[in-house]
Amino acid sequence: MSTALNSDRSAILKQNRASRSERLLRAMRTPGGAVFILLIGLLAAIIVLNPSFGEPSSFIRFVGRTAPIAIAAIGQYFVIVGGEFDLSMGSVVTMQVIVAGNLIGQDDSKVIPVLVLMLVLGAFIGLVNGLITTLLQVPSFIVTLGMMLALLGLVLYWTGGAAQGNPADSFRQIGRGGIRDVPVLDIIPYPVLILTALAVAAFILMRRPFGRMLIAVGDNPAAAALAGSRVWWVRTRAFMISSLSATVAGILLVGYAGVHPSVGRGYEFTAITAVVLGGVVLGGGRGWVLSAAAGAFALESLFTLLNFMGVPATWRDTVQGAIIIIAVAAASQSWQRKRKGASSAAHDEQHQLAAAPPPAEGTEQGGERV
Amino acid sequence: MTRRAGFFQRLSSTQIVYLVALATLILGVVLVNSIGRSFFSPGNISSILTGTSVLGFIAIGQTLVILAGSLDLSVPYVTSLASLIAAGVMANNPNNILSAVLLTLGTAAVIGLANGLIVARLNVHGFIATLGVGLIISGYLATNFKGSFGQTPLEFRLVGATGIGPVPISTIIMLACAGLAMLLLHRTRVGHHLYAVGGDIAVARTSGIRVDVPVITAHVICSVLAGMAGLLLASRLGVGSPTVGSQGGYDLLSIAAVVLGGTLLSGGKGTITGTLGGVLIFAMLDNIMSVMQVNPFLKDVVRGVVIVAAVAVYARRRIVSRPERFPAKGSTETPAARPVPVEGP
Repeated sequence: MSTALNSDRSAILKQNRASRSERLLRAMRTPGGAVFILLIGLLAAIIVLNPSFGEPSSFIRFVGRTAPIAIAAIGQYFVIVGGEFDLSMGSVVTMQVIVAGNLIGQDDSKVIPVLVLMLVLGAFIGLVNGLITTLLQVPSFIVTLGMMLALLGLVLYWTGGAAQGNPADSFRQIGRGGIRDVPVLDIIPYPVLILTALAVAAFILMRRPFGRMLIAVGDNPAAAALAGSRVWWVRTRAFMISSLSATVAGILLVGYAGVHPSVGRGYEFTAITAVVLGGVVLGGGRGWVLSAAAGAFALESLFTLLNFMGVPATWRDTVQGAIIIIAVAAASQSWQRKRKGASSAAHDEQHQLAAAPPPAEGTEQGGERV
Repeated sequence: MTRRAGFFQRLSSTQIVYLVALATLILGVVLVNSIGRSFFSPGNISSILTGTSVLGFIAIGQTLVILAGSLDLSVPYVTSLASLIAAGVMANNPNNILSAVLLTLGTAAVIGLANGLIVARLNVHGFIATLGVGLIISGYLATNFKGSFGQTPLEFRLVGATGIGPVPISTIIMLACAGLAMLLLHRTRVGHHLYAVGGDIAVARTSGIRVDVPVITAHVICSVLAGMAGLLLASRLGVGSPTVGSQGGYDLLSIAAVVLGGTLLSGGKGTITGTLGGVLIFAMLDNIMSVMQVNPFLKDVVRGVVIVAAVAVYARRRIVSRPERFPAKGSTETPAARPVPVEGP
């Protein structure tokens, strides 16, 4: 297919492309870009209130603390952009934390096998969610809700509802440890490294055929199916990524919070909030993966800011609620404006492709305005 | 296709819900009798019906909202807030009952109006709008109330405690609300518009419907019914509690009951009757498991599995059973002119 495009056209495309700075400016005006501005604003406000927060060593610890929720948000992004929901995330986090606590114990030699088991379990739960959603055509809201109830029930039944076990220190180091004696930063926590690796992987994945297909499926599953993508397998993989990211978040949380049955409570809603704050549209087809991670950081820095301002922790919910309504309302106005073509410079008359090649008889090339 | 599938195809989803309910009933009779207790004893029937009332109120409202193509996740917090307002204003004085009830339902209506306006006017997805409003209320509750608050007078507590024969008054009120909701859906203009908007908002708009009105109406009614559930809980507990709604998990359970009742989660198709069937299934399951003394954690497992399994039964079927839009007219049509059959993913 790609041979049908001749080099002429890509040259014209390149010529008509806006400059890098203009494209960056344009991206910043979309909801997915605006979250980065919001994040910078919030961080600046925190540093004004509490200058010691700006020191590299304490800032990197903040990044480490936020890593689990950011990783969960990245996972949730894949499901949401594919047009579905994953409400089972919180239960998966709790399950993994309790599995780690009960199976590893104080035995260092069990760390690797149990780690593998946890990842397999996570992938399996995602597979089940995905297959029931796509093949049995049960709405994902219901599937993952059922999974959330069933998993949490099973885990609590298994442990009798109480916290149990404490995994070996070598396992907890994944969440709480780091590379020490680094110049400037003092310490690079492992969660930061894991988050960076996963964010890069997610970024690359979204530029691969899978990511492109996922966005197409989220935008219009019927069109994507007619265009030849296997919708069920694309979505199922998205669910597996989501459960796996919840697993990784769980592994990190063991280090931070220890083993407790309520550790993952409400995680799914926080992750969805973060994703939505990052300008990703519920219903699928729009949004950037790194904006979802930025949404998680914006949310967490908002809580930190409130903390420094001396607002009681009980108001956190209220602020979180108000902020997502405002963010989504603003985003939906912005997407609508964009659809009408008013705010995007690319849609202006002078930015339209001026020199489309004339139609050539008997070929598929030329003639159309892009 | 086998004949059995043909029979299955002809049933409406509401009929299937009640078949599932009947199966649950038979299962309940067998299991409960096997441990030497009677499923149909007045006490047991009364306890099942009591179990339907709180979830019933919320699920009726949730049905309207889901039919309009939205969702309401704020119901548990509205319920908690309603129980607090009711118990706080009554303050154990029977003279305050009327004003407390009016104030409670009024507050709930205002919250519903806020939900509706955010969804309809600001174009925020119902999931986010109501999650946000729910969180706002939840923060208010967590900050201002540390434990149970206020007290309801004896006269008000009787509403939740008495019944006519084995049928509790609360269930009768719930059924009356269901009747009103059915009248609204099937006999009024706004009800028909509700289905139209939920089915396809763009088509409804181009057909000349003011699409905001049904969405806002549905949200207001849903919040008011959540407020009724709060009143009922205040009457049962005798006090208001800031966590009574979220502990019940009414947001997700009511959505599950609505979907179990055959309503499409994307809106535009479904009935109140089906929802009542879904609520009844949940109440019977709960009752059976309580009588059988199933571990409370396993109850959640059973609930989760039942929700997914029951919805799976008709999720596939419903899509297949849609009437053909372009029925073949026989030999006059060439094969090329026929719409290409689209295979499911």
